[in-house]
Amino acid sequence: MSLLFILFFPLVIGAILLVAKPKQAFAISLIASIIELVATAFVLKDAAAAENGLVFTKPWIEEAGISFSLWVDGVNGILIGLCALMVPFIVATTANSDKANNAQYQGLMLAMQTALMGAFLAKDAFLFYFFFEASLLPIYFLAAIYGGENKNAITFKFFVYTLFGSLFLLIGLIYVYLVTPGSHSSDIETLYQTAIMLPERIQGNLFLAFFIAFAIKMPIFPFHTWQPDTYTVAPTQATMLLSGIMLKMGTYGLIRLVLPMFPLGMITWGNTAIILSVIGIIYGSIIAIQQKDAKRLLAYSSFAHVGLMSAGILSQSTEGIQGALYQMLSHGINIVGLFFIIEIIERRTKSREIAQLGGITQYSYVLTVAFVILSLGSVALPLTNGFIGEFLLLKSVFDHDMILGIVAGITIILGAVYTLRLIQKTMFGNFSRITKDFEDVSSAEKWVLIPLCVLVIVGGVYPTWILNFTEPGVQALVSLLK
Amino acid sequence: MTAIIALSLFGISNLFLGFWFPRKTIQMVTLLFLVVSMALTVSDWNHELLWFGNMFRTTNTSINFSLIIQLAAFFVVAFSKAFGQDDEHTHPAEYYAIMLFSVVGAILMVSFDHMIVLFVGLEILSVAMYVLTGSDKRNLRSNEAAIKYFLMGSFTTGILLFGITLVYGATHSFYISNIGTILTNTAPESMPSFLFIGVLLIIVGLLFKVSAAPFHFWTPDVYEGAPTIFTMFMSTIVKTASFAALFHLVSGIFGSLYTVWVLPVYFISMLTLVVGNISAVYQQSVKRMLAFSSISHAGYLLLTVSSKQISTTSSILYYSLSYTLATVVAFAVLILVSEYQSARVEKPENFSSFEGLAKNNPGLALCFTISMLSLAGIPLTAGFWGKFFIFSDTFSRNIIYPVILAILMSAVGIYYYFKGIIAVYLKAGEIEKIEVPVLFKMALWACTLGTIILGVYPSLVKSVF
Repeated sequence: MSLLFILFFPLVIGAILLVAKPKQAFAISLIASIIELVATAFVLKDAAAAENGLVFTKPWIEEAGISFSLWVDGVNGILIGLCALMVPFIVATTANSDKANNAQYQGLMLAMQTALMGAFLAKDAFLFYFFFEASLLPIYFLAAIYGGENKNAITFKFFVYTLFGSLFLLIGLIYVYLVTPGSHSSDIETLYQTAIMLPERIQGNLFLAFFIAFAIKMPIFPFHTWQPDTYTVAPTQATMLLSGIMLKMGTYGLIRLVLPMFPLGMITWGNTAIILSVIGIIYGSIIAIQQKDAKRLLAYSSFAHVGLMSAGILSQSTEGIQGALYQMLSHGINIVGLFFIIEIIERRTKSREIAQLGGITQYSYVLTVAFVILSLGSVALPLTNGFIGEFLLLKSVFDHDMILGIVAGITIILGAVYTLRLIQKTMFGNFSRITKDFEDVSSAEKWVLIPLCVLVIVGGVYPTWILNFTEPGVQALVSLLK
Repeated sequence: MTAIIALSLFGISNLFLGFWFPRKTIQMVTLLFLVVSMALTVSDWNHELLWFGNMFRTTNTSINFSLIIQLAAFFVVAFSKAFGQDDEHTHPAEYYAIMLFSVVGAILMVSFDHMIVLFVGLEILSVAMYVLTGSDKRNLRSNEAAIKYFLMGSFTTGILLFGITLVYGATHSFYISNIGTILTNTAPESMPSFLFIGVLLIIVGLLFKVSAAPFHFWTPDVYEGAPTIFTMFMSTIVKTASFAALFHLVSGIFGSLYTVWVLPVYFISMLTLVVGNISAVYQQSVKRMLAFSSISHAGYLLLTVSSKQISTTSSILYYSLSYTLATVVAFAVLILVSEYQSARVEKPENFSSFEGLAKNNPGLALCFTISMLSLAGIPLTAGFWGKFFIFSDTFSRNIIYPVILAILMSAVGIYYYFKGIIAVYLKAGEIEKIEVPVLFKMALWACTLGTIILGVYPSLVKSVF
């Protein structure tokens, strides 16, 4: 029941917001997302205590053997936690803006939370797919209605591109589902047992179908062309949802579905996939260095980070998966914070052009400190949350293939280059015409920035309890791979 | 089965009611008639019976198809507003009567057990449709559409009849069950070759009616020319009935001649998918887009035709239902918007006349969006499960490449359905609040809710089908 609550509660509140359009949309949405966070915390506590995680099953389409089943274990617990944790922050970033009491905007964000939660919670493959695709609707409308210049074409490209990718996933899922014995079942654990028995050639094709779907979602080179434009054009909160949480659906899909289902497919295509991921890391970083628009720079940095996660996951080691899970959490926290800082700057200066900014530190000390902490988290400096995940990921890639590990390691240098350049050009130096008399961060903005910074440090200093939480789930998963 | 008799009587009484009552009363009475006939249809549930000298068979499948047809007719009647400028000159009672008669034809087509009943049903349905297509007497396009439809339709009927004749010549029977027994018990080599031609001609005749490519050329023009309310009728009822008949023949008695027709049917199905979807992309008119979309949906349905699996019947039923619910909403919103825009813009049926609909008409915009999403097959709507069941059925017979093509084409479909959504929500435009009659609004929301409920909990009807 508690699983049902955390799944549907945001949707119910979101639907109320969309239909009734109350004046206090911001307060309702914030309180709802905090209740959701507390409820999720209790669910995760129960899941950590239970030996095999929590499971909830109800028949859904009995004739086809499709059930409405949810579960929480070490693997998806992190993502559910991330989703529940970040949405209050994302809602809070709208405080005092024109979107704060826009009931439609808040309602769509909460509806999005349900879709994301559903994809992470689903134990049935078609239920996963259902939410995986349904999540496109709220995010599409968020981006398309409230987006910036040229939004129609860009958001449409985003929608068609990602949906096109998920259709491959659908083909693959149906294929495996039809191989399941008896009157068929689409339970993920049944699919594991069925898929590994398939011959190598078929597993290879299925691996490709699944990988393309998730690669577009994350995105992985060369399926990333929708991403920078969409991240740039979407309103900040939609970008946060996209990069902070939604792209993790892709990495989660790799961990949950691809690895355990197609070990033979991995033999055929795994290396290609890792190489593509590593190319994405370097390619994204190099392009990020040259960006003029701060939001676009972060979009490419996100692209680079997710490449490393994917490479680590595909290395099929415990460290890789643990690191990816930890990095998903840290990346979610860091990227939301960074996008918020760009939003704060944009609200005051009406510009995201790095060249036009500078000298903000003279007017806002808090913003500078927050920016530095979050950036260092993103660069993966020791004692920040980014370090733990990135270290484990690089180790796993290195163990898999030394040369790829070295190439992927360059990301730390390149990441430092573009991130520090961003800080330097915006925060330090002489103030420009538009950053003159920069208004200091308001208390509402501090309420978002300071907790995020604390999370960055806490995550870097004390990672064990998260790693302990994920360990049993990851161990169970890795034992399937052998 | 008694539903057929009742509906015919209702139709005749409708004609007389027109003498005394205004359109609105007749509309309500027609709705009542349809509810009664649906109840009569349901009363045959689980009684597999033969009627009229074994020429007519009611099975649960045929009852389900009849119910979908009558439900569609119910919504079409509920969505019907004043025909033309004023009620007095347009004889509304006759249109309602003709609609009821054509429903009779459609029911005959889904429950025939004799070739002649199929032919008679098709003719009742078609002749009624020719009249309705041309019912906007002062509109040149409507007249043109009626002529086109009539010429094409009668040509088709000729082909079908010729096919029936050839099959009769080979099997000496019009009875479906007899033909089936003869075909299964005779080796294909010992059958006369004109039998195969006959089978193919029958299939082609019905493919004309479901507007599969390359027999689709009449569809866009006829759909565009006919008054929108009758386009709605055509794209749901005619399609469902013809499809049910095709499925009944092909998966039933012609099942043993699988090798004769399977390749042509697959080829046609793939061609239909490509032609329907690609042509829809280029349409400026919503009505024409919906015409091509109905062609492409015929392509999806055709994929499943060649199977004898039990689950396929329920997939086809589910797909027809979801398609019907979404299509009637799309046409209903089109009726309202084009009526509103007809005085303001030159081409009231274009996408451009939908621009800015969401601003003052959020309800209509939402209904239209959900129907587009359902037609596109996005989760949360019935259309997703419709496609899902069809794909998994076809896939389960190891037919892989046509399904992959269908999935790619459904990605193309998103493009043109989203053109509607983008126009409604994202384009700036001025549309004032459109007045919607109460009955119209209720029907609109009923279909929309139905689409969502079937999208979230498909078992609700899947367990019945």
